[in-house]
Amino acid sequence: MAQEAGMFTVPKTIGSVLCCKCGILMQPNAANMCAKCLLSEVDITEGLQKHVVIIHCPECESYLQPPRTWIKTQLESKELLTFCIKRLKNLNKVHLVHAEFIWTEPHSKRIKVKLRVQKEVLNGAVLEQAYTVEYVVQDQMCESCTRVQANPDQWVAAVQLRQHVSHRRTFFYLEQLIIKHDEARNAIRIKQMDQGIDFFFVNRSHAGKFVDFVGEVAPIRKRNDKQLVSHDQKSNNYNYKYTFSVEICPICREDLICLPPKVAASQGNLGPLVICTKVTNSLALLDPFTLRHCFLNAEQYWRVPFKALLSSRQLVEYIVLDIETVSSEVVVGGSKYVVADAQIARVSDFGKNDIIFNVRTHLGHLLNPGDYALGYDLYGANSNDIELDRYKGLVVPEVILIKKSYEEKRQRKRNKPRSWKLKSLNMEIDNSTRGRDNEEKMDSEYEQFKRDLEENPELRFNISLYRNKEYQPSEMASDIDGDDFPSIRIEELLADLELSDEEMEDGSTRE
Amino acid sequence: MATRLQFENNCEVGVFSKLTNAYCLVAIGGSESFYSTFEAELADVIPVVKTSIGGTRIIGRLCAGNKNGLLLPHTTTDQELQHLRNSLPDSVVVQRIEERLSALGNCIVCNDHVALTHPDLDRETEEMIADILGVEVFRQTVAGNILVGSYCAFSNRGGLVHPHTSIEDLDELSTLLQVPLVAGSVNRGSEVIGAGLTVNDWTAFCGSDTTATELSVIESVFKLREAQPSALVDEMRKSLIDTYV
Repeated sequence: MAQEAGMFTVPKTIGSVLCCKCGILMQPNAANMCAKCLLSEVDITEGLQKHVVIIHCPECESYLQPPRTWIKTQLESKELLTFCIKRLKNLNKVHLVHAEFIWTEPHSKRIKVKLRVQKEVLNGAVLEQAYTVEYVVQDQMCESCTRVQANPDQWVAAVQLRQHVSHRRTFFYLEQLIIKHDEARNAIRIKQMDQGIDFFFVNRSHAGKFVDFVGEVAPIRKRNDKQLVSHDQKSNNYNYKYTFSVEICPICREDLICLPPKVAASQGNLGPLVICTKVTNSLALLDPFTLRHCFLNAEQYWRVPFKALLSSRQLVEYIVLDIETVSSEVVVGGSKYVVADAQIARVSDFGKNDIIFNVRTHLGHLLNPGDYALGYDLYGANSNDIELDRYKGLVVPEVILIKKSYEEKRQRKRNKPRSWKLKSLNMEIDNSTRGRDNEEKMDSEYEQFKRDLEENPELRFNISLYRNKEYQPSEMASDIDGDDFPSIRIEELLADLELSDEEMEDGSTRE
Repeated sequence: MATRLQFENNCEVGVFSKLTNAYCLVAIGGSESFYSTFEAELADVIPVVKTSIGGTRIIGRLCAGNKNGLLLPHTTTDQELQHLRNSLPDSVVVQRIEERLSALGNCIVCNDHVALTHPDLDRETEEMIADILGVEVFRQTVAGNILVGSYCAFSNRGGLVHPHTSIEDLDELSTLLQVPLVAGSVNRGSEVIGAGLTVNDWTAFCGSDTTATELSVIESVFKLREAQPSALVDEMRKSLIDTYV
């Protein structure tokens, strides 16, 4: 500091003094004793533990941190070093500078750690000393390993997901969501059942967390039960098996619904015929003629549950002959709709007879003459619905169009592989109840699901799509077609890394 | 010859005693062992006087003196002043001085020719010191400490300073004092030399914690090994004769 001020300072060389104990020449320090004499005088490691016992589970390679936690680490790893140091008491009296392992034979059941500590002694001199701590490793199985050993595949909690509809679209979608959020990591078994999936967990809280997750992405009704498995009279510990029964609402996207009078009235006399446009943890219903919409959440639905009148299995293909817009573009719940009058004919009738329908539709923004559309044929349908009968004097339209169809264009590209692929969960399939027909039905449903994904960007929002390595983009380029059916841009796909244990999604920044 | 002793189980003997070539002052303690050690060494040669200064026992740190005189702080009572005047030989001038820094033993360290003082000492006090003690006065610091009396002790033959003193400082002080100086510790590594040690030309007293190494350093720098009062005279005789023709 004096030098900065420009003052002249005399250079100071420190002289040497004799150590007051052994008399060797040394630099003066706070204690005026050489390091050796100081060490012999004061032992700063006095009172510190030199022998510790740690407990290790040989099955899962984990070490016990009392009272209950088991920490899984490898030998000579950083986590093990931290764990060993944590097990030493009184280490807060000295200042830890350095710690490392000393090699011991792996089967010797001994771990040696060399620690260097610093402490202030005498009159301000800070002394640094190294010492070794020896850990004796005792083997003891941890509770989870004992349980597994006693009865493997023993589950403690089960979640039974069911949806009483004839298709599995919802479960395909849920499967992708579960993979994306990695919610099934705690499940020890996943089993595919008729009209649902069963998940088995080791911990009730894992099952509860899973049920909460499903509740956030689908409208559900749940109940849970428990069954006593064993009872320890001395310690009053009860072991139960917990079951969660989760029922997903049977209404899916693109379903045609006739609302019960009570529900229609509570939503402001929404026209009894509505289309379900979106299903998350609430249902979005749209009246296609007035473009009014409403949301029903799970509680509201289950108070007065209703079924779909017609579902997407019963969609019929129509060709649009003429279209005339009636209203301007309206944005309803994030999507655009335009009310239009359309002249349509069934594809099966087209060219054979002259049956033409004049209908009002909400797809005015999408359809042009000559386009194909899918819709529900109420003219020819024989519905057995109680709700419909309740409405006296209701004029039921002949056709309600739901979506535009790309079937023609798809036919051209039928055998081309897609540029993207999906992952799937590791499910057990109960083979006894399945026949050959079911498998074909499943495959075609899965194909339909993939087409839905291509056509609906909002459906893709929550799902991860991976790049398909087998796909050759050069084949695409040779096909010069105009704007055809919607497909997924390459930027939306995530690269699938070839790691065996973990899947790393590095594409999250791309989306 | 250096002696190790304790005052009431405390090793800081320089606090409770003052030793010069002409007299020795000792504090009044509970037991007589402190006084009797001094007596045993010095009885025939110089008077050993038991006293207090300002009612306290820390006399070594409150007064400063050499064979020519003794300076006392303003806190000294008249009775103590009179007692000292009576007990000490007439050649020694006993004077009480008015000085703001009243721990004269910490602020002034001297032998019979040279004195080092606290840099903030009054000008009048400095003149008094020069006058009464008959010494040349230098304002100095020792190893950056202004309390020179605490961190160094010297006699006419040699001196011991604070162990952290740099070599340049050591040379400078040595030139001023005209005696050989060494940096060292006393009482098992204690840096407060003036409190742990009291010395004159032929003998020294230090605390009982002083290690053998420290003791040997003290004995060699103050040249105490062969020192007997008579030996001083022989040495002087040798130096007086210039040459044999």
